[in-house]
Amino acid sequence: MTTPRHEASVEAPLRSAALLKDVMASHFAGVDRAARERTAPVAWCTSVGPVELLRALGYEVFFPENHGALLGASRMAGETMPRAHAAGYSPDICSYLTSDIGAYLAGRSPLARHGLSGPPRPDLLLYSTNQCREVRDWFEFYGREWGVPVVGVTSFRELGEIEPLHLDAVTRQLEALVPPLEAVAGRRLDAARLEEAVARSRACSEGWRDCLATAAARPAALTFFDATIQMGPAVVLRGTAEACDYYGHLLAELRERVAGGVGALPRERFRLYWDGMPIWGRLRDLATLFAQLDTSVVASTYCNSWIFEALDPRDPLRSMARASLELFIARAEGPKQRYLERMIREFAVDGVIFHDSKTCPNNSNARFGMPHRLRRSSGVPVLVIDGDLNDLRCFSDEQARTNIEGFVEQLEGAGPPREVRA
Amino acid sequence: MTAGPCYAGIDCGSWNTKAALVDATGALVATAVVRTGADLHAAAERALAELLERGGVARGDVAALWSTGFGRHALKLASGSRTELDSHARGALRHVAGPLTVIDIGGQDAKIILVDGEGRRIGHKMNRKCAAGTGSFLEEMALRLDVAIGELPGLAAGFTEELQLGSFCTVFTGTEVLGLIRQGKRPADLARAAYRSVVKRVLEMERVEGRIVATGGVVAHHPMVVELLEKATGVEVIVPAHPQEIGALGVALAAREAALAAAA
Repeated sequence: MTTPRHEASVEAPLRSAALLKDVMASHFAGVDRAARERTAPVAWCTSVGPVELLRALGYEVFFPENHGALLGASRMAGETMPRAHAAGYSPDICSYLTSDIGAYLAGRSPLARHGLSGPPRPDLLLYSTNQCREVRDWFEFYGREWGVPVVGVTSFRELGEIEPLHLDAVTRQLEALVPPLEAVAGRRLDAARLEEAVARSRACSEGWRDCLATAAARPAALTFFDATIQMGPAVVLRGTAEACDYYGHLLAELRERVAGGVGALPRERFRLYWDGMPIWGRLRDLATLFAQLDTSVVASTYCNSWIFEALDPRDPLRSMARASLELFIARAEGPKQRYLERMIREFAVDGVIFHDSKTCPNNSNARFGMPHRLRRSSGVPVLVIDGDLNDLRCFSDEQARTNIEGFVEQLEGAGPPREVRA
Repeated sequence: MTAGPCYAGIDCGSWNTKAALVDATGALVATAVVRTGADLHAAAERALAELLERGGVARGDVAALWSTGFGRHALKLASGSRTELDSHARGALRHVAGPLTVIDIGGQDAKIILVDGEGRRIGHKMNRKCAAGTGSFLEEMALRLDVAIGELPGLAAGFTEELQLGSFCTVFTGTEVLGLIRQGKRPADLARAAYRSVVKRVLEMERVEGRIVATGGVVAHHPMVVELLEKATGVEVIVPAHPQEIGALGVALAAREAALAAAA
């Protein structure tokens, strides 16, 4: 009856991890080479921004949020954030922003392990505020620093229904981005190349979606913790053939697991959903803790955020507008709740964990009564843990451990556990 | 002396280590409380020795010893563990049937644990990292008011005016108290206000449902917290015997239950 804890329990490694490493290394090297040798224009883009325009115009694209996550996962963020705080960027705002700007000020980067001295210097920065306002403030810092153009989409937030007026407004802004992007690229936007980029983004999105769907199998073929690493190409290579190829490879491996009844964990007693940001500096520790508790975190809002089902090469800009507005993070509480209810059903989860991330209110959904409403509407237990994406000063290991273990104990007491041995 | 095997529970708390011993029927035989200090293993050994002496049982008569509390996984003495969430609920259910809300206020954390009519935990909330609403906050307030923590209840009993402390943060509240002292406010009223602040912080963590059972060291040593909890909720607050050792009792009962299940 004591909560089983298997000290040796860990997630089964994916064979694709080696290929993923090569794909990511090649991405970093490519964009770095373009910046150093001036072989292609270089842009920075927000992670769910209109990257297809950049691909169609031949830009090499770098994603600073990915750099933020690397700073968090490497725990370098703890040393770099204070530099940004001292420069006037509050500890209460996005810790990706403060980690990254602090890293720039300190001249440090986890990209050193890929042979880069730091993020490649861009010719242009492109944002969309569909996720938060911070991305614009973040990019404007570098725009001032390097004297390069900062352009973007000022999007809608907390959307209930997506109305034509929302689509019109974002589509017009995308159209208005074309001339400044063309000016820096030194070429005209080719309609066929844009359609191709949108088609590739759509294919990448579908591949990633299908990979995540393998976690609906029992036992789950993939957990949230592996998925946060596996999503790399969906973030930094969306709109390229490399990303599509990678997810074809990963999907084959995951489907092999499903066919063989093999799970990501050796034993799966409970299945959970994770809402909110990963806690990058504790990813491995949390993965181990859940594995020891025979509990799979099978799905997450975060990893699902790079599924863009609205993208349509037949109507590139308007479908890009719709995809950017349909994102969970841009929606009101009603659509968010319905989405979470659907995920609970589709992935047959026993409970939901909300990570209330101190510096990421936009990706924290426990602040307006959602956990209480979801518990009532779905009948599934919920847990809220306090933490942060990068700032580990906002995270208590001991409290989180007690909360999570206590939650699993609660699930044990809720009925007979459904154990599946992989 | 007790007949048959006994089961022990040790609750490794941040300030105190608590121990409880139950007999083969699950009846409480003895409890013990010692300061945790910097060596939780030594504290657990001291608590166990005191427990066995009080219970009049030999170590060999303890069929199983389980642990709970922040040091539960580190304790080499223990053969099993449960979180303090489970242990406090289990210990409270020994005294009161569900549905109930357990409010546990410890040295460094506060918890609200919801239990349904079947005795199953259905939710919980712990305080954030901040010390507000915990025993650490009361320690800080005693320091500001220049009394020992044990003197705080007596001081607060002499209150004549209800004051509000508005800050979330323990450090800010300390500053607020200094300001109120400068305004000529009485220490007794400020001590009372400190207790009111603890209750306010705890009750804003989660909705309370059903009967309320209060446990933990703060409840054991600061009865004004219970009075204020009742006043704020309008519900009678049940304080079980040995409220500080409820977690230890709960995990001792869990150890016994596991042994019975294994034997069945």
